[in-house]
Amino acid sequence: MLSAILVVGLLATIFGIVLGFSAVKFKVQGDPLVEKIDKLLPQTQCGQCGYPGCKPYAAAIANEAAEINQCPPGGEQTIQDLAALLNREIIPLNPENGAEKEKSVVIIDEETCIGCTLCIQACPIDAIVGAAKQMHTIIESECTGCDLCIPPCPVDCIIITPIKKDLTTWQWAKPTELGINNSDKQAQVATDDQ
Amino acid sequence: MISKLFKFKGGVHIPQHKESSTQLAVEPASIPKRLILPLTQHIGTPAAPIVEVGQKVLKGEKIAQADGYVSAPVHAPTSGIIEDIGDYPLPHPSGMLAQCIVIKPDGEDRWIELKGHSGDYKQLDPSELRNIIRSSGIVGLGGAGFPTSIKHNPGPDRVIDTLILNGAECEPYITCDDMLMREKSREIICGLLITKHALQAKRCIIAIENNKTLAIESMQQAAKEFADRNIEVVAIPTVYPAGSEKQIIYTITGKETPKNGLPLHIGVVCQNVGTTAAVYRAIHHGEPLISRYVTIAGDVKQPRNLEVLFGTSANDLIEQCGGSTADIRRIIIGGPMMGFAMQQITIPVIKTTNCILIDAGQTKDLHTRQYTMPCIRCDSCADVCPVNLLPQQLYWFSKAQELDRIQEYNVFDCIECGCCDYVCPSQIPLVQYYRFAKSEIWKRERETQKSDAARDRHEFHQFRIDREKAEKAEKLRQKKAALKIKKQATDQSNEIGNNDKKEAEPKNAAIVAAMERVKAKKAQQKVEPKNTDDLTDHQKKLVTEIDQRRAEQRETQVSNSNDNAKMDNKEL
Ligand code: SF4
Ligand code: SF4
Repeated sequence: MLSAILVVGLLATIFGIVLGFSAVKFKVQGDPLVEKIDKLLPQTQCGQCGYPGCKPYAAAIANEAAEINQCPPGGEQTIQDLAALLNREIIPLNPENGAEKEKSVVIIDEETCIGCTLCIQACPIDAIVGAAKQMHTIIESECTGCDLCIPPCPVDCIIITPIKKDLTTWQWAKPTELGINNSDKQAQVATDDQ
Repeated sequence: MISKLFKFKGGVHIPQHKESSTQLAVEPASIPKRLILPLTQHIGTPAAPIVEVGQKVLKGEKIAQADGYVSAPVHAPTSGIIEDIGDYPLPHPSGMLAQCIVIKPDGEDRWIELKGHSGDYKQLDPSELRNIIRSSGIVGLGGAGFPTSIKHNPGPDRVIDTLILNGAECEPYITCDDMLMREKSREIICGLLITKHALQAKRCIIAIENNKTLAIESMQQAAKEFADRNIEVVAIPTVYPAGSEKQIIYTITGKETPKNGLPLHIGVVCQNVGTTAAVYRAIHHGEPLISRYVTIAGDVKQPRNLEVLFGTSANDLIEQCGGSTADIRRIIIGGPMMGFAMQQITIPVIKTTNCILIDAGQTKDLHTRQYTMPCIRCDSCADVCPVNLLPQQLYWFSKAQELDRIQEYNVFDCIECGCCDYVCPSQIPLVQYYRFAKSEIWKRERETQKSDAARDRHEFHQFRIDREKAEKAEKLRQKKAALKIKKQATDQSNEIGNNDKKEAEPKNAAIVAAMERVKAKKAQQKVEPKNTDDLTDHQKKLVTEIDQRRAEQRETQVSNSNDNAKMDNKEL
């Protein structure tokens, strides 16, 4: 009887030490779920979801304080990815936050720009170059198309332009599921001689 | 001597339809009224134009130069005038427009001065050979269009054991390599010897499908003439896709190209027969790549092969083959298995165009599959896949857009040969599902890269703002501290009021001086407010009222600040 108590007690102590040790040694930095969710968000930092940026929205989703359908730039794709990650239902995009639109960047009409630096202050990713009273310009390759710089511009010289499609970004279409074939780009031979 | 061939798994036997286009000898196609030369005729960065509209160019003159390492220059296929540099439709499944140079031929067909190295290529070292090949604009003519000079540069300590010359040409209808081997076998072998020298390869195998007896004979004949013991012509079994790079390498050597690796990692380089012929012309005669053999087949009156200048439109070629037999429904660039269809008939022939198939609804084997039905899980697709994939699984994953799973099932190993498509009894466009999945994965990857970059930039932005705030606070603190010290110092040495007056006086003087300066400047420039002429009485009244109000405000402000100053003084 006594030995049994001793053995159980000993085991409990050993496990306690091991667990305590690993809790210190293998401590997880940050919240991995928030990071994972943040990874799926488009990082436009536009605030259309009602949170001040992508990370805060990710945190809200992780705490189940927000639905997964609040991000218009991410659109349907992001909702699907989030649903898969969090095992939640796929729901349509919340129309109150705006609709999903074609991917775009903005450009500054450099003739009109007065060099007020207001847009520079609005850009969440520092993708605008310029100085006071100097013409500004946008680093197009970095611009995420969040459009946050548009309202502050006093002379309305920032213009939304859809991203130019070229061969490097061209995509094959998904075939229609059943029925008449839409794959006329393919040269496939028919099989009725088989 | 090769003692044994290896048989790769799967593959299909398809009706070949090769006889009709091999009846006539190859002739040069006539020079068309205009040549449209895309700047992307190869894999890699588009070439950069070095000519201007209106400029006169000679045949073989460089009109666009390679832009970067993986790129190839473009040369004028005939002499003429540059008519336009602008966007025209490309022979590409997207049907997109891209930059092209348009030449209006002058009919003289006059060459630039050519400088060849006839006979003495062995004196040139491999890097010089590569330079000539590169500046001649030679790319793989078998289909992909990879710049040949890069293929010829295996790196310093890689030993190339086998150089395989690919003359399999396994797709139905296409016969341009077959005709080239029949007619230009000496050129091909010369080019092969040059390539062998450039690569320092140990042995060369010329692999030809055993249904091309005439080509095999002619190549054997030519090989005998050169009496090189290390060159061997091998007939390989006729089965689609025997001519695909990985499959032909396996057939000859029994080695599999490693995943994500290149053939040269297993000591093999594979080259198309047309490419080696072009290498020969570039080295021996100094001729850049400006034309190629093209098969015109399908629903045309006289299917045949022609030697075509790049930039010639499909339409011109169809006319030279007697026109189509009925209304053209679509034009297929490449073969029926791996080619792609275009609706326009004006698209030009480029370096990688081996075949133009005309579908006017009369050749039975060219009909598109009509109706997709559900998958019956028969698994015939897995039986024929030469890469040992599970096409049915890939199909389900692509359909459900499970992009992680489809990569686990190695969709990127799929060579898009179309065997699975061909045998599928439900007529599911399987290859298109894989192409869709691949391009979707690439797109997602681009997006992730972009959003990662944006996240980094945003984090830095946040950090910068915080840093600036901290810096400002620090500066303010320092200023305050400095002021305190100063005040303490003045307290000790001076009397209270005096000091303040002294400091205020120069300040006031500076303000007055600045105002004077502004006045003087205004007087100089004679700038007068424009909106003060022709005012109505009412407006004038308003203006005076506003002026009064301003003056009053100024006065009260001044007295206030005086009061403040007084109070400050008292406090001190
Ligand atoms: S297309 Fe791809 S999956 Fe289909 S048989 Fe060819 S390699 Fe296999
Ligand atoms: S061949 Fe077609 S029907 Fe048969 S398993 Fe493959 S995809 Fe399904």
